[in-house]
Amino acid sequence: MAAPASELTRKDFVSSQDVRWCPGCGDYSILANVQRVMPEFVDKKEDVVFISGIGCSSRFPYYMNTYGFHTIHGRAPSFATGIKASNPDLSVWVVTGDGDGLSIGGNHLLHSIRRNMDMQILLFNNKIYGLTKGQYSPTSNPGTRSKSSPQGSIDYPLDPISFALGAGATFVARTIDVDATHMQQTLRRAHAHKGTAFVEILQNCPVFNDGVWEDVQDRKQRVENSISLVQGEPLVFGTPGNLRGIVMEGGDPKVIDLDDEDDPVSKGVVVHDEHLESTAYAFALATLTRPECPLPVGVFREQRKATYEQMLEQQIEDATSAQGAGDLHALLHSGDTWTV
Amino acid sequence: MTSKKVEKRREVSIRFCGDSGDGMQLTGTKFTDETALAGNDLSTFPDFPAEIRAPAGTMAGVSGYQIHFASEQVYTPSDSPDVLVAFNPAAARANIGDLRPGATLIINVDAFNKKAYQRAGYTEDPLPDLRERFHLVEIPLTTLNREALSGLDLNQRAIDRCKNFFALGLLSWLYGRPMKSTERWLESKFKGDVLEANLRTLRAGWAFGETTELFPVSFQVPAAKIESGTYRNITGNQALAWGIVAAGQLMDRQIFFGAYPITPASEVLHEVSRHRNFGVKTFQAEDEIAAVSSSIGASFAGNLAVTVSSGPGIVLKQEALGLAVMVELPLVVINVQRSGPSTGSPTKTEQGDLFLALYGRHSESPMPVLAPSSAGDCFTTVLEAFRIAVKYMTPVMVLSDSYLANSSEPWKIPDVDTLPRAPIQFATADDSGNEGFQPYERDPETLARPWAIPGEAELEHRIGGLTKEPVTGNVVYDPVSHAEMMRLRGEKVDRVSADVPPVEVDGADSGDLLVLGWGSTLGAITAAVDEARKAGQMVSRAHIRHMNPLPSNLDEILGRFKHVLLPELNTGQLSMILRSRFLIDIQSLTKLAGQPFLVSEIRDAIDSILNNS
Repeated sequence: MAAPASELTRKDFVSSQDVRWCPGCGDYSILANVQRVMPEFVDKKEDVVFISGIGCSSRFPYYMNTYGFHTIHGRAPSFATGIKASNPDLSVWVVTGDGDGLSIGGNHLLHSIRRNMDMQILLFNNKIYGLTKGQYSPTSNPGTRSKSSPQGSIDYPLDPISFALGAGATFVARTIDVDATHMQQTLRRAHAHKGTAFVEILQNCPVFNDGVWEDVQDRKQRVENSISLVQGEPLVFGTPGNLRGIVMEGGDPKVIDLDDEDDPVSKGVVVHDEHLESTAYAFALATLTRPECPLPVGVFREQRKATYEQMLEQQIEDATSAQGAGDLHALLHSGDTWTV
Repeated sequence: MTSKKVEKRREVSIRFCGDSGDGMQLTGTKFTDETALAGNDLSTFPDFPAEIRAPAGTMAGVSGYQIHFASEQVYTPSDSPDVLVAFNPAAARANIGDLRPGATLIINVDAFNKKAYQRAGYTEDPLPDLRERFHLVEIPLTTLNREALSGLDLNQRAIDRCKNFFALGLLSWLYGRPMKSTERWLESKFKGDVLEANLRTLRAGWAFGETTELFPVSFQVPAAKIESGTYRNITGNQALAWGIVAAGQLMDRQIFFGAYPITPASEVLHEVSRHRNFGVKTFQAEDEIAAVSSSIGASFAGNLAVTVSSGPGIVLKQEALGLAVMVELPLVVINVQRSGPSTGSPTKTEQGDLFLALYGRHSESPMPVLAPSSAGDCFTTVLEAFRIAVKYMTPVMVLSDSYLANSSEPWKIPDVDTLPRAPIQFATADDSGNEGFQPYERDPETLARPWAIPGEAELEHRIGGLTKEPVTGNVVYDPVSHAEMMRLRGEKVDRVSADVPPVEVDGADSGDLLVLGWGSTLGAITAAVDEARKAGQMVSRAHIRHMNPLPSNLDEILGRFKHVLLPELNTGQLSMILRSRFLIDIQSLTKLAGQPFLVSEIRDAIDSILNNS
């Protein structure tokens, strides 16, 4: 664990407002973990801004004792863009959900990821609209029965990880609401990344979509149904006696059985590499589907690229050294003038 | 070289028209620059299609640029040009409806072949009829330009593209315009053979004027007597852009400008983007919603934020503007209005968005609204909008329009040292009392809440669109807090009145008729009232630029006149507001043609009221 960067503690990040999520909501655990790791990230909480859109997840900023902005449905990444561009020194966090971020706000999420500003985007995915009381969302499983789809939803779902990869994300990760250790590790990695860090957090809605992630939330089932992505480690999952690994066959991932004493690498099991130039591997991981394949959690991809705000500051610097600092009198008198 | 007779003229209006690829806008602007440097007052009206290059020679592709200049004050581009320069039959056909019989029509006769006039929709040779109705001057422009440029290493197409500068040279001679500014511009823009070609044909055009028997005389329009000072030409969009840059300097704060491309507002983004050395951050967003949202975010972070668009884009921004009203952050929103619902006519003008600005958001969502009345006034208005936005912690909308955006006028350059400086006071840790920082504690005079920006210790707070408790800003749902905050937001905007100067009447303080206007109609109204007075009619005039809140003496002023005539380029939006606010019978003159008012249209309305009263 990283050493605390400041005198701050978890409590400093807890606001005075009563938390109003439903009992048992996965958001509680996410809030607690974020508050726990924040003291490691900043030594001044006034440098932190949480920005959200609309939805259950978007109440998040009210509970953080930092600067916070609860904006409008789907647009949080755009507000965050203006905040970060104005003051690149701020630690900027966007909190969104599957409906807010991928439905009404899909366009802004796409473009903010593409611009690669140095900010964290946490997308809580519970595969349902909660605050509007239970309609299927763009990530809902096909056939989801909800108030707006009593016969089952007929939309094909969107995968947030593939979406982020497709948008050119320089950091893409997934973690689970109930796995505190993994979530904190993932948040640390997201914060350390220079650029837009996209983190999908699998989150349970106990009221409208209870158990949708049960096969990876339940501790016993998790080892069989998920695979932890660790840089330089082979993609192995399961328990002794039932170990399995992932190999690539013609570009497609496939699960093979392993004996306990097998060297997975010599059996062709893929060694995880977040830094590959091509996105093909990360996409292949994102398309692993249960129950045949495990659900990957951890960092899918990380790349270093200049951030938007760095390039913006650079352009201002370049313009200033080429044209000199702005002179209003000279601007107004530029070009043809005449004196009467 | 023969020395020709020179006749004096008080005023002249010229319209250049041709295909949208013929360079009519450029020809017009260069002639305008020359005219400005000759010391005339002037007013211009560029009128072009939305298509970048419509099929050549068709009516759809005709682009025009009109300039009116005089040795006295000029208020409008003029209802009817004295001279029409038509580069092809389509341009002639599209524009001669605006010409008086006997007006001068200069054509490129080379372009009047059968194929071309048929493409323009003429079934037979139009020349005999045009000779009959107008003073037709037939110039073989294409041929003369080719002759002037023979020997240059340029292909035929490149040579033919220069012919607008031949015409410019000719017109410059005809009206005694100095060509220095055009030559300097060409030298800054082109090199080698292209530069040589343009300079050569420009001078050949001038020389042709001096020698041809087609023009027995040339004209002189003496300089206008205007207030002393240093002047430049400026368009409304350029003035908006410079106002934005200036606001950052005068208020000593970085500008953030979020925008999405849209006609006719994009030039503002282009111009501001050229001035990054002023520390301005322009951001081309993925859509209008992101443009305004990023701007509100920037304002939260302590930048002076502005977003610029036109009607369709403003509609998309309205939800976010409601949030800006709710969280009470300063923001300037500029709407360069265009005409028609939906896509409408993107390059044409209208004042149709007054209701949109005032009432276009859900629930009660009040916002100050300002409307500049001339190209130069756009600069002043933007500065004022920023001052109001910051002082009262509110979004402010500015209503310009396509006519102001593109037309130009001589602008007396303000002395930078005399422009009002308004440094910003952000909240500091000292504003955080025993109860902690109160984000909705209000200034007792302005009702503004504090502007506390991230990075400042002790002021951490959360804002958002939910109903809040007064003072603390905590989320609540109780009816008392809801009602109180609704009232406070409304009253705060009403209190902007303290910064709205009283409306002034031009002419008699009371009488039979007041012509009231707002925004870009100032020129046409002033010209019409001027004419009416010269004809012996008693007419007063007033113009408002503060649409919300309205000047506090407006009610009283309107009551002093028997009739109030209100021309606006919509179906009478301000008239409707004033009728319901003041229970006064306003006579509305409306126009919805995508074009500014003609002076004669307002003049006729004045006549009709005075003759029937």
